Amino acid sequence: MVDMSKRITDIGPPNYEQFLHPVIKKNYGQWKYHESMGPGLLCHTSESGDKIYSVRCASPRLLSIQTIRYFADLADKYCDGYLRFTSRNNVEFLTDNKDNIEPLKEELQKEGFPVGGTNNAISNIVHTQGWVHCHSAATDASGIVKCVMDALCDRFTNENLPAKLRIALACCLNMCGAVHCSDIAILGVHRKVPKINQELVPKVCEVPTLISSCPTGAIRPGTDDNVVDLIEEQCMFCGNCYTVCPAMPLNDPENDGLSIWVGGKVSNARTAPKFSKLAIPFIPNNPPRWPEVVEAVVNIVNVYAQNAKKFERVGEWIERIGWPKFFELTGIEFTRYHVDDFKFAGTTYARSVHLRY
Amino acid sequence: MADNGNRKTELLDQLESGPWPSFVKEVKKAKETSPACDDLLGQLELSYNQKVGHWKHGGIVGVMGYGGGVIGRYSDVPEQFPNVAHFHTMRINMPSGWFYTSEALRTLCGIWERHGSGLTNMHGSTGDIIFLGTKTDELEPTFAELTAAGFDLGGSGSCMRTPSACVGQARCEWANYDTMKLCDQITREYQDELHRPPFPYKFKVKCSGCSNDCVAAIARADLSIIGTWKDDIQQDDAAVAEYAANGIDIQKDVCDQCPTKCIDWDGSKLIINNRECVHCMHCINVMPKALRPGKEKGAAFLLGSKAPILQGALLSSVLVPFVPADEILETVKELISRVWDFWDEYGNNRERVGELIQRVGMANFLDAIGLDPIPEMISAPRDNPYIFFKEEEEE
Repeated sequence: MVDMSKRITDIGPPNYEQFLHPVIKKNYGQWKYHESMGPGLLCHTSESGDKIYSVRCASPRLLSIQTIRYFADLADKYCDGYLRFTSRNNVEFLTDNKDNIEPLKEELQKEGFPVGGTNNAISNIVHTQGWVHCHSAATDASGIVKCVMDALCDRFTNENLPAKLRIALACCLNMCGAVHCSDIAILGVHRKVPKINQELVPKVCEVPTLISSCPTGAIRPGTDDNVVDLIEEQCMFCGNCYTVCPAMPLNDPENDGLSIWVGGKVSNARTAPKFSKLAIPFIPNNPPRWPEVVEAVVNIVNVYAQNAKKFERVGEWIERIGWPKFFELTGIEFTRYHVDDFKFAGTTYARSVHLRY
Repeated sequence: MADNGNRKTELLDQLESGPWPSFVKEVKKAKETSPACDDLLGQLELSYNQKVGHWKHGGIVGVMGYGGGVIGRYSDVPEQFPNVAHFHTMRINMPSGWFYTSEALRTLCGIWERHGSGLTNMHGSTGDIIFLGTKTDELEPTFAELTAAGFDLGGSGSCMRTPSACVGQARCEWANYDTMKLCDQITREYQDELHRPPFPYKFKVKCSGCSNDCVAAIARADLSIIGTWKDDIQQDDAAVAEYAANGIDIQKDVCDQCPTKCIDWDGSKLIINNRECVHCMHCINVMPKALRPGKEKGAAFLLGSKAPILQGALLSSVLVPFVPADEILETVKELISRVWDFWDEYGNNRERVGELIQRVGMANFLDAIGLDPIPEMISAPRDNPYIFFKEEEEE
């Protein structure tokens, strides 16, 4: 039994101030400018003239306590114990001692943690749990990220792209990884309708909730002995029914796989934020190294790197050259699946004669 | 099935090589302290062989008095992998900006060594520290140790999700308000809504200090608070000249890239027409030593973004174009209470705020929360003539 009298609840997170490097605390809100000191290395200068150096390295996101302790030891050795993580799962070591940068960088690289991810580099891939820990995953997440970044590691440790390039991966349409606004998005997809377990549905699900969960109305009250019926041609494999009802599994080893999306961004720089658009509708799952996915992503990155102008994000580049040219340059096949047929689909039809020949 | 560390994982072993850090190595390292990691490897190898996941759908588990923060997870092959029969996730509310001391990290590691798999995500998609995998009867002891050390659970389910913030004024000259402080304040203000899901669906808040939007607030938060400024860009002409001398082509790299073409350069003097600036950050990004956001700082409030499930992905749209920095917290509280009232009343099950707005119409939604429509809220006025005129406005 838990002693309720001693139970602490609703305290929220520890206040961040106790975790700030003294130089950061002193110059909080007083930063004047920053300079790049090479891939993965930033120097921020305050109005007071104080400087804080950041050394950014990659992490696989899935970290053991052993590795976190290693990072803690490094932070003690070089950074008076101060470090942070970025919104893209990189680690940033923070020091006011310039002399510590090189030895820290060398030690990280020796231990297998590439230093980079800043400016016009590819940063770490934001991703989801996949087969490691999710019930609705159409693919693994960590495995594909590992393979794609093995192939693109030089793009992490160098800043040689026309602009920054952000990749994200989500292992199903729920998109915990919110890949809908990434330069390149890798998205796990299902392609077969849920296999309804009629016996289990009334035991584990609220039937009205299940029926109303379907965005296309494909799930109907059952006829004959069925608890629910499914109009198969109306199913778009979103998996929402499975999220509300475990008796509607749609995982399928041979038909689940990946799709590739391009041209999204969240930054407002130059052009407004935009959604990623479909590039490749389906690539089969091919663990453990997913060569077809790696090849597809590397191809898009390389074609972009060769053709985009300075500052152009992937989406800005494609808008300038036009989608027909994108498909031509990348050699990606254009199919009927690229033409939107969901709500207000017409907004993506070509509604002008601004055509390139 | 566990065979003293000699389990064969031929497929996963192939993911240990290559220049990028390997998650497989991480799982193998964690075997030192947790037998569950060996079974996790076994089950994952099975998934790699069969190309299908082996986790069962959810399951309601948690700590007493909380309705979220723990995600139930069960293996569908527990007889083969008994040590991951239950393998629940705990979400732990991260400190603002993901700053830590080595000591704080070691405290977290110690707790997770004693009570769980020793595997984590630093961090999860919403921003929480993720403790990946433990048994049901370890949840309460883990929680007790976490709270004793000053940590608390984050959000899950139909609740206020753990708010997140960019690095903000802690280490960025572009932060137009104190994102980390606001995030911390909002998190403390709504502890009840965070821990006891009261809503039709999830509600996310993200705080970005400028329109570069490093936490993707405009794409990933129901309420997106994005820093901006109202007066003129701060300009240091000597530094502009220095950039020009050091190889920046001011005309091509700065002026021609400006979305409203409000910057002129005659080879020696940069002139910005600040009234036509849309605060996109491009020129400032290119010349951080020469140009800085103005001094009249604050934030724009946008509402409604989400990933595709159910009705399709949405970006947030403008609700309040500018709130001065010192009024942001009060505005958040006022706005949230009005939005939640309407959403509570009219939202369908699993309907995000953005989808509710799509369903009832933005104009009706604005009526409901008591905001007047203004042109900053739209990219263009409607282009169809089907107007629901109100009776009192007819002659």
